Amino acid sequence: METIFFLIITLVAIVSAILVVTCKNPINSALSLIMTFFCLATYYVMLDAPFMAAVQVMVYAGAIMVLMVFTIMLLNIRVDATKKHSHKLVFGSIIGFFTVLNIVVVLVKSRAAAPTGPYSGEMIKKIGHTELVGREIFTNFLLPFEITSILLLVAIVGAVILAKKKI
Amino acid sequence: MENLNGYLIVSAILFAIGTIGVLTRKNVIVIFMCIELMLNAVNLTFVAFSRHLGNLDGQVFVFFIMTVAAAEAAVGLALIIAFFNNKESIDVDDVNLMKW
Repeated sequence: METIFFLIITLVAIVSAILVVTCKNPINSALSLIMTFFCLATYYVMLDAPFMAAVQVMVYAGAIMVLMVFTIMLLNIRVDATKKHSHKLVFGSIIGFFTVLNIVVVLVKSRAAAPTGPYSGEMIKKIGHTELVGREIFTNFLLPFEITSILLLVAIVGAVILAKKKI
Repeated sequence: MENLNGYLIVSAILFAIGTIGVLTRKNVIVIFMCIELMLNAVNLTFVAFSRHLGNLDGQVFVFFIMTVAAAEAAVGLALIIAFFNNKESIDVDDVNLMKW
């Protein structure tokens, strides 16, 4: 049952990812990308990471894609059907093919190590995924977490400066 | 988690589709979306391995990648708006100011 569900989600994810690349209108690409993000959120739920799924939906499908769609509509670009919207298709496809081949060969040749950490599925279900991730962030990853706030501050300042009228 | 390879292959395919998009599309915003797609493919790998190895470090990394992606989207879209104000276009072929 889970395998069938996984295959359906995979089909939807890959088809919508291809639509992101092939659609002429950026709005259609954005909507397909949101679909892909929802599929990834489903994967996270299947991988016992519900907090990641929630963050995926809120941050990616919510905030980032709203920003994208907002920009597309703000710029109000007319899609010229006669103009080419892509270039060097053969070259790009070859690179993409070799990317897949490379990753799959590495996968087949290597053996993933046996589970080492203490976080099993039962433990995640018992204590709760959010609490475990929170403990991890606020103990082992406290310094990166604090640095993240500086990164966001810099991004805010940069975005405001760049979007000014005269640059 | 027996299905680790399935997740990794999906992630490889999504990453490759994102690569093709970045290399072949001309619209800057679509290139941006393809970069997000690649970041998400990597996130899926992180979460799959994290679940497989029973170690939550990978999911904390995903958390940080999402933060960086949000910052990148904000700054990148501001750049696109600045570029559009100057050139009236969002075609990457028009970004040739520094071309020799």
